[in-house]
Amino acid sequence: MPKFAYVPLVRVRLVKIAVCVKQVPDAGAPKRLDPQTKRLDRSVEGALNPFDVNAVEAALRIKEAGEGEVVLVTLGPAKALESLRRALAMGADRAVLVSDDTAEGSDLVATSRILASVLEREGADLILFGQQSSDSDGAVLWSAVADRLKLPVVSQVAELDVGDGKVKAKRQTEFGYDVIEAPTPAVVAVSDAINEPRFPSLKGIMGAKSKPQETLSAGDLGLAADAVGEGGSRTEVYALHDPPARGDSVKIEDDAGAAEKIVDYLAEKKLV
Amino acid sequence: MSTLVFLEHHGGELQKGALGVLSKAASLGDDRVAGAVVGSGVKDAAGGAGAYGAQTVYVFDDPRLEAPLPQPRVDALASLVQEEGFDTVLFAASVLSADTAAGLAARLDAGLNWDLVDLAREDGRLVGKRPALSDSVYVDVGWTSEPRIALIRSGSFDPAQTGGTADVQERQADIQDFSLAATMVEQAHEESEGPSIEDADIVVAGGRGLGSPDAFSLVEDLAKALGGAVGATRAVVDAGWYPYSTQVGQTGRTVSPKLYVACGISGAIQHKVGMQGSGVIVAINKDPNAPIFEFSDLGVVGDLHEILPKLTELIRARKGS
Repeated sequence: MPKFAYVPLVRVRLVKIAVCVKQVPDAGAPKRLDPQTKRLDRSVEGALNPFDVNAVEAALRIKEAGEGEVVLVTLGPAKALESLRRALAMGADRAVLVSDDTAEGSDLVATSRILASVLEREGADLILFGQQSSDSDGAVLWSAVADRLKLPVVSQVAELDVGDGKVKAKRQTEFGYDVIEAPTPAVVAVSDAINEPRFPSLKGIMGAKSKPQETLSAGDLGLAADAVGEGGSRTEVYALHDPPARGDSVKIEDDAGAAEKIVDYLAEKKLV
Repeated sequence: MSTLVFLEHHGGELQKGALGVLSKAASLGDDRVAGAVVGSGVKDAAGGAGAYGAQTVYVFDDPRLEAPLPQPRVDALASLVQEEGFDTVLFAASVLSADTAAGLAARLDAGLNWDLVDLAREDGRLVGKRPALSDSVYVDVGWTSEPRIALIRSGSFDPAQTGGTADVQERQADIQDFSLAATMVEQAHEESEGPSIEDADIVVAGGRGLGSPDAFSLVEDLAKALGGAVGATRAVVDAGWYPYSTQVGQTGRTVSPKLYVACGISGAIQHKVGMQGSGVIVAINKDPNAPIFEFSDLGVVGDLHEILPKLTELIRARKGS
């Protein structure tokens, strides 16, 4: 692994960090697309998108190194607040939920518009995202939000330092590590390699429910009904199909003959 | 119909994934198929896109575009798309392309569909094919306005030479101040040695489950016996066990060999996107619940420290006979 001098920046008081998070179906819940709406069925039990937990942890570590506030920002149904409690229990200070029937079915263009208006209102010094969402596998939202806010953006960040009016981020690309600097306010998407998130303490869990949790409508943000939801979106779903057939998958437990079975399998497939 | 393909380059060469998307675009029967190359000192590389179906290649050559950062590229592409009236803009997925495509979507108020594995014209409209929910359902997606923007999953299309030549046109990018706010301070890129794992027919890859960097010798021995290349997960590359150039996954290489042997790899989505196009996937992991078993053809639950040496020995014996 390449080694290079990584000098932490001088930390100064940071006022506000916004973390954009999402409620996704719980890992144990059945995931399906509704054949009628062709959207993800979100009636199942929800959880905080696992990749967002790393972003929350990154925000808390920055806050704890100085002083500041960590605000969770999300778009979703009213019950999304339940999933945000885990992040509040970890130590985030408050949550802002945009929940509006008219915002249902928002695609990237509409979602980024909604988040940008909340973030504009919050005026955070640093806006964090997780690596991707586990339900739509999207890994694009931060860049759309940054463009709307006209702020610098860095993604796939595995190390992050904030202070001195700037962020210093070590990111990973297909070709190696890059170190990028940008003045704050800035938008940063962290990868799940950045940290090992903490578990909420009992005290944190007890206190989470009473932390400030604000719910806004699209109208509260001054967004017209046709700027959000399907009207504000530019993509659509035509049809759902079964995936192409895959060959039969074989699973064997090691019974001391596993190596032989692998060779037989490869021979059958003419790979050895 | 007119399509623009973002042609990412690295080390003076247009990327294979981008040329694959260009070849696909050329096969869709558009009136106009063009490429865009955005960087510094990239004029020489640009013309090569003609052979893959680009009639025109627009080149933005500017020292301010040297670092592979998305925002100045959004500025360049947004003006090009508007001036030339392209109705479709395609990107081969990568860290740079994803960020550029999403910024462009917001800038132009244009729809972006991502992770597409195919594109087709059906009933006169462009339809994207997107596997969703761990590839358990295939979704036909579309766009309700122009331009349509799409990110194509790595490895979906192979470059195909058509032997054409492109008209290379130079353009000036009008770069906004905020787009230059992020700056590259340092790049620590290793050049890979030997044949690229992207070209190997067989890849044997190791992950955390190996337990220690020393255990990578088990993976190397098996790769050698099979005549394949060695791959690694992001976790072990981060830990310094193996070189970055062997990393398979979202922030590494995308491979689609005939055979992929995953040793001690859990199969996180980060890794999966880099190898899911492999012909046959064999996974060895001691955790019966590892996600890798959900998309492997042959899954072996067991101790790789026992299985790998034996497997290597059997392959050697077989090849020796």
